[in-house]
Amino acid sequence: MSDTLLKVDDLNVTYPTRTGFTHAVRNASFTLGRERLGVVGESGSGKSTMGRALLGLLPRSARVTAKTLAYEGTDLLNLGERDWQHMRGRRMSMVMQDPKYSLNPVKTVGQQVSETCRLQLKSDGKDAKRRALAMLEAVQIRDPDLVYGFYPHQLSGGMGQRVMIAMMLVAEPDLLIADEPTSALDVTVQNEVLRILDDLVRERGMGLIMISHNLTMVSSFCDRVLIMYAGRIVEECRAADLHNARHPYTRALVAATPSLDARREELATVVRDPEWLK
Amino acid sequence: MPNSTRSGSPLLRFAGRVVSFLLTLAITFVGLTAVTFFISRLTKIDPVLAVVGDKATQAAYDAAYLALGLDQPLPMQYLIYLRRLLSGDFGVSVLTARPVLTDLLRVFPATFELATIATLLGVAIGVPAGVLAAARKGRLADHVIRVIGLFGYSVPVFWLGLVGLFVFYGKLGWVSGPGRLDIFYQDIVTRRTGVILTDSAIEGNWEIFANAFSHLILPASILGYFSLAYIARMTRSFMIDQLSQEYITAARIKGNSYWRTVWFHAFPNIMVPLVTVIGLSYATLLEGAVLTETVFAWPGLGLYITRALFNSDMNAVLGGTILVGAVFITINLVSDLLYRLFDPRLRTS
Repeated sequence: MSDTLLKVDDLNVTYPTRTGFTHAVRNASFTLGRERLGVVGESGSGKSTMGRALLGLLPRSARVTAKTLAYEGTDLLNLGERDWQHMRGRRMSMVMQDPKYSLNPVKTVGQQVSETCRLQLKSDGKDAKRRALAMLEAVQIRDPDLVYGFYPHQLSGGMGQRVMIAMMLVAEPDLLIADEPTSALDVTVQNEVLRILDDLVRERGMGLIMISHNLTMVSSFCDRVLIMYAGRIVEECRAADLHNARHPYTRALVAATPSLDARREELATVVRDPEWLK
Repeated sequence: MPNSTRSGSPLLRFAGRVVSFLLTLAITFVGLTAVTFFISRLTKIDPVLAVVGDKATQAAYDAAYLALGLDQPLPMQYLIYLRRLLSGDFGVSVLTARPVLTDLLRVFPATFELATIATLLGVAIGVPAGVLAAARKGRLADHVIRVIGLFGYSVPVFWLGLVGLFVFYGKLGWVSGPGRLDIFYQDIVTRRTGVILTDSAIEGNWEIFANAFSHLILPASILGYFSLAYIARMTRSFMIDQLSQEYITAARIKGNSYWRTVWFHAFPNIMVPLVTVIGLSYATLLEGAVLTETVFAWPGLGLYITRALFNSDMNAVLGGTILVGAVFITINLVSDLLYRLFDPRLRTS
């Protein structure tokens, strides 16, 4: 398929620990086109580690191996530092969880958004500013000229996350990894931010990897879903079919989703089967 | 929205800030003088004996007692002292028989010169070293910098001073020996600031400048080494903290190189604690480095206060203490202003 953005075959990430190795991601394989792929799983299941491995951003101590890890045919495993600098931001990018921590507190919004243009598009000051302002407008910030000079502590969570999106999309990458982009936000602004993200991804025909805890959100937002458990992808299915999933872990996750319609005294908990680890 | 709802013009707000600052300054100063004054009076040291000596007659003793105003109640004595202080009268030093203010104006520039050059060295080398160590944490550069730093704060300064003199002055002859100038050059340049480097530069007397520099460089390097060790260690730990933050990862995702991320994104975020550390280390040096001043026969504040203490020269001790206090207050003020400059979160309100 010529439209494949990302090809991952047998990805493994291990961390050395005092007692041996922690296997954070095991034998993960998937391909991604210009589609929206959800990755769900509980905390510690390796979703974020996988996301960061794709961007070459794991700490030095992590060991990343794979049969194939390629972005549009470029081998990511042996990519040099210089090549990474053109890969990140320009071709694939990432929106992180909490704008409170992921924006630099002492740089203005303008500096942070226009920096991406300067780095990736080699824009001069004027052009970078023009692009940054246009991008702020695209993420529906009402008064871009004003917000351009703001510092992150002057932004609300929803605004901060929109700035984050602007900063990561301004150089027009083809793939965006969104690592729980709304879980740090107020419920009321979550949908708004998701809608903005969705619009931009659609408009530009980008690929999206949406890492999340939120099954409902992922199933309505994505085309396909990967379910991760203990570092492995235990199931892959179409988002619409998530509620008919086969794997017992997925079924347990779905069953544990609270619902407004059905009154339940107690939420179902996930009863783990050691079989899943094999 | 920030600031938009605040009342008053910016000018008025600025004036308010200046007034509140001056008030704080005044209160701190009164507190400082009160504490030093009462502590000095509560010691068992008899200030009269320091003046007349222990072989004086009772009449001479009584006369001195009255002249010092010791018959007044203690609070009254303090008020009198404070009033004199405000008119620039620190009293006369028993030891030097000169006004304490004159003495301080003579010894402080020597300390100032030493402390400033030492701090400049400490910052110029310590900060990059700390950043480098943090950025290369756990690798060779980090280990080398940490070992050099550890040596810096484990070796006694007087020992290092003596070894330094022995090697660089005695053996190699690269620098000049103790004192601020060769005898040959003394009292040639007009005293303007008391800092020989600037005084000689103002007159364009580069020969004296060079001589003063060759005297200064060794003690300043040794003091600078200590402040370097401290500054590098603190810089390293501040940077390690910042480099683990999410915004660093975000900067990398945008395509910043590692070193650009380190200097352009992480470094500006350590400025506030770094300013505190540098200010503190500078203030400590300005207090006078007694051991260094002793080893290098450097006529500075530390040596002056120590000698005054040993001789119960209370006016000199008080004057010196107040000067040290004023130095701390000034440095705190400058740090405060710099915080606002470096951290936008501290600018509002």
